[in-house]
Amino acid sequence: MDYLGLIINIFVSVAKTGNDRHAFTSSSRAEIRTLCGNWRESRQIDRSKASSLGKLSEARYRTMQFYSRRKKLIGNSQTEQLYGHCLQFYGQPPIENISLSEFETFAVDRLKLLKTVENLGVSYVKTSELYTKKLDAEFSNLNFPYKIEASTKDDWKPQTGPSEYEKRRKDHISHFILRLAYCQTEDLRRWFIQQEIDLFRYRFNDLPSKNIGQFLQYNNLHYHTISIDEKKKLMDKLVTSSFAVSGSTVDGKDFYKVPFQDALDLVRTRKVYLNGGYVYIPHQDIVTIVLNDFRTRLSKALALTARSLPAVQSDERLQPLLNHLSHAYVGQDYSIQKSIGKISLEQIDPLSAKSYPLCMRQLHRGLRDSHHLRHGGRMQYGLFLKGIGLTLDQALQFWRSEFVKGKVDADKFDKAYAYSIRHMFGKEGKRTDYTPYSCMKVILSNPPSQGDQHGCPFRHSDPELLKQKLQSYKVSPSGISQILELVKGMHYQLACQKYFELTHSIEDSGFSLNHPNQYFMESQKLLGGPGAGVKVEVKREDNPATKPPNPSPHQTPGPGNLPQEVAAEITEDLDSFFQDA
Amino acid sequence: MTTADYDQASLPDLLPLYYRRLFPFSQYHRWLNYGGVTKNYFQNREFSFTLKDDIYVRYQSFSTQNELEKEMQKMNPYKIDIGAVYSHRPNQHNTVKSGSFQALEKELVFDIDMTDYDDVRSCCSGADICPKCWTLMTIAIRILDRALRDDFGFRHCLWVYSGRRGVHCWVCDEAARKLSVAARSAVAEYLSLVKGGDETVRKVVLSDPIHPFITESLTVVENYFSQYALLGQDILGSKEAVDKVLALLPEDILFLCATFHMIFGVHSVASLLAKHALMKTAFFNQMTAKKGHYFEMEIMLQYCYPRLDVNVSKGVNHLLKSPFSVHPKTGRISVPIDLRELDRFDPFEVPTISLICEELDQPKTEEEQDDNMENENKKEAGERRKMRDYKRTSLAKYVKLFDNFLEEMAHSRKGEVLKNSGECNLNP
Repeated sequence: MDYLGLIINIFVSVAKTGNDRHAFTSSSRAEIRTLCGNWRESRQIDRSKASSLGKLSEARYRTMQFYSRRKKLIGNSQTEQLYGHCLQFYGQPPIENISLSEFETFAVDRLKLLKTVENLGVSYVKTSELYTKKLDAEFSNLNFPYKIEASTKDDWKPQTGPSEYEKRRKDHISHFILRLAYCQTEDLRRWFIQQEIDLFRYRFNDLPSKNIGQFLQYNNLHYHTISIDEKKKLMDKLVTSSFAVSGSTVDGKDFYKVPFQDALDLVRTRKVYLNGGYVYIPHQDIVTIVLNDFRTRLSKALALTARSLPAVQSDERLQPLLNHLSHAYVGQDYSIQKSIGKISLEQIDPLSAKSYPLCMRQLHRGLRDSHHLRHGGRMQYGLFLKGIGLTLDQALQFWRSEFVKGKVDADKFDKAYAYSIRHMFGKEGKRTDYTPYSCMKVILSNPPSQGDQHGCPFRHSDPELLKQKLQSYKVSPSGISQILELVKGMHYQLACQKYFELTHSIEDSGFSLNHPNQYFMESQKLLGGPGAGVKVEVKREDNPATKPPNPSPHQTPGPGNLPQEVAAEITEDLDSFFQDA
Repeated sequence: MTTADYDQASLPDLLPLYYRRLFPFSQYHRWLNYGGVTKNYFQNREFSFTLKDDIYVRYQSFSTQNELEKEMQKMNPYKIDIGAVYSHRPNQHNTVKSGSFQALEKELVFDIDMTDYDDVRSCCSGADICPKCWTLMTIAIRILDRALRDDFGFRHCLWVYSGRRGVHCWVCDEAARKLSVAARSAVAEYLSLVKGGDETVRKVVLSDPIHPFITESLTVVENYFSQYALLGQDILGSKEAVDKVLALLPEDILFLCATFHMIFGVHSVASLLAKHALMKTAFFNQMTAKKGHYFEMEIMLQYCYPRLDVNVSKGVNHLLKSPFSVHPKTGRISVPIDLRELDRFDPFEVPTISLICEELDQPKTEEEQDDNMENENKKEAGERRKMRDYKRTSLAKYVKLFDNFLEEMAHSRKGEVLKNSGECNLNP
């Protein structure tokens, strides 16, 4: 069944709330929303309807009854097959009906899970024990299936808390709901796919080996094993190409011959023997193959979903929730800035020393020194400048004046470079208004090579050079060693946060760093500068070093129809779900 | 003198001649048509032209070889780039519903640029090249070609001189053309060993186990290392140069180097070779004692291993300079490189546009007179003349190379068809 089918089902299910004709008419949307509990609506609630509360509670009771009855009917037989395995590829969308409140809860819970996956992924190595333990905890807190339970009939009996069946159902449905929220832009899709893959990997690795075989069969993945003779012939090569493979492994285990296009992760990292276009994989590495398959399927599915989206968006009940879900992930993307035009070009040099994160300081320095930056650097720095409030004209002036000091004459600048700057501001080509890069993006994509200045210094610089640079910026020796410790543990964003704390002489930055523009804004807030953006109601304390424990969240750059205070309220709710522990 | 004094200002006069009488259109079309197996493959291919005064036009496409010829002869582009095969004709992309116009296929390409080696070559920098550093390209081609053939199973790799300071590779296998962005990026990363920008000192880091690919690549590097690095680049020849090498070593090895540097001094072949020998023995002993003991290999790789721009290979829609295009700054034609004669390839012997235009004016030889008699009856006058024309110039052998390449591909295609039809017969 396709997405249209799913959506239609949801429409239909809520319409059939008992005999209450109020359920679906436009004037009663407010009533439905109240029915659905704690989710506040983005449109202004018609206060006059409050008087009909008496009627509402009756309708609500009947609705609940209706749903609980239906739930029992969608019983064991059909869905048992669907949920026969605790892990799935999410090939089939769910075909049942659910209430709006379950819709919302499932979605938010899964989002919490994915956010956890994201945060743990940056702080820990993805296959380490600590990572697994932490993710385990989150799984059980949110009632998702994570350990393969003894799946006998006994499972369907109600236990304390949700049953295995219910957990799997939640897993299934929540995934599809989030697809709706995350299919719309390239960035969202990429994020969603990345977290779902990490999640899948974690769960797959948890499967005992006989269940892996079961899973492969269940999902029709036929990969061919190589003969014993071939194994003998390739023995040396197989041993030297894979880390955990010894002579005895080759003898004892199966090796699969898989076309390299199906094993890109293994090829990319050279973790496997490649010959004639085929990779030779020991049985235990089959996970990477499966992951690739999953990634491809999900990618295609998201593209398809995006095309069916208009039908969903026309439903006013779903659209605001889906918007909130995707904005909750992004938080601030710094594409709409309140301090636009408040920064003058003369301020940039001093600002770069005071309020720039290290990556941008490096880029700015590189630009000033060599009067040039390569493409990667221009993108990263140029978009950052847009994020702190430079207008297009200022940006053009800034770059031109610098490049002209180098080998580029004004004419050539206008021909070659001006275009790409206008492109960044969404004034050329397909007019995408590019958003400044988040820390995640800077750390994980497009690593710098010879002659490049971009990237994250904590991630991409040699520790020795990083140390020298920090020394030249007058960071204390103890501070430097703290930073280097964090870098060693791969906590790049925490290292940058430490850099913030040391350069601003405060104990605790009070925020969780995930975006260079966030660094800038937080710094400007502390220093009372022009780049601070929205004036936030903060009690002015005598000691500027202490900050209120929970800083007010920033204005969400949402669709124009969100009244400001309501939007802030809602984001606060959702945001508080995602404060890092 | 083989370059016949090229001057960029004369391009407007030379280009029309080049495109009317020398550019190998029929081979070019034969290539990009790929046997006509897929419908509209040629018609949906994007070309881009850089015209006089840096005017750049994208999304050019053509229905037939003739149309391509006429357009190129009209526009006389300074540079020609080839892009992807799209879902619709590129020159009509504005009429297509946004989102539906997609890049579908393209050859897998690699771009090796000498500027990326500036931190390890002492003879030249920037856009300059010389016979000494050209060896880096030779090494790059050997390593990459072997990997593309043996490891990835690609059979049709066209290596082309870029015209100034590097080489390009066009992998034309069907499987290669169909690769996704992720796959291209994975291939490029598999082939990358040198990582890091200005901020990274040690750009090659090896650890256990050493993958067969690295072993194979090292074999190639070792063949060239003494001649290229120790002699040609003189990497141990001066204090600064030695310091650069030492910067790549772990600290506990450094004291050893300081010692032999003092003993052997600088600037003599004997001392260089002695140093190399000493490097091998002293380090060998250390190697067995320490873990992380691959610094000798790492040094050789850092100085010699190919550096490719992953971004060029990743994008399906990425535009790359076309073979047989002219390089406006040097006048050289982007010609295919003969891998059988790789060690003898000399970028300074590559014909320039001014040379081949000059050669056009030279009188015919007897050989050609005989050829003409034979072909009189077979083809139209125009084509005859054109075929004769490039054959009279230094371009001839490069077009022949290209022809061989195309023959091989056609042969493969036939083989595929036979195989498929054979299978069909067996399974009714």
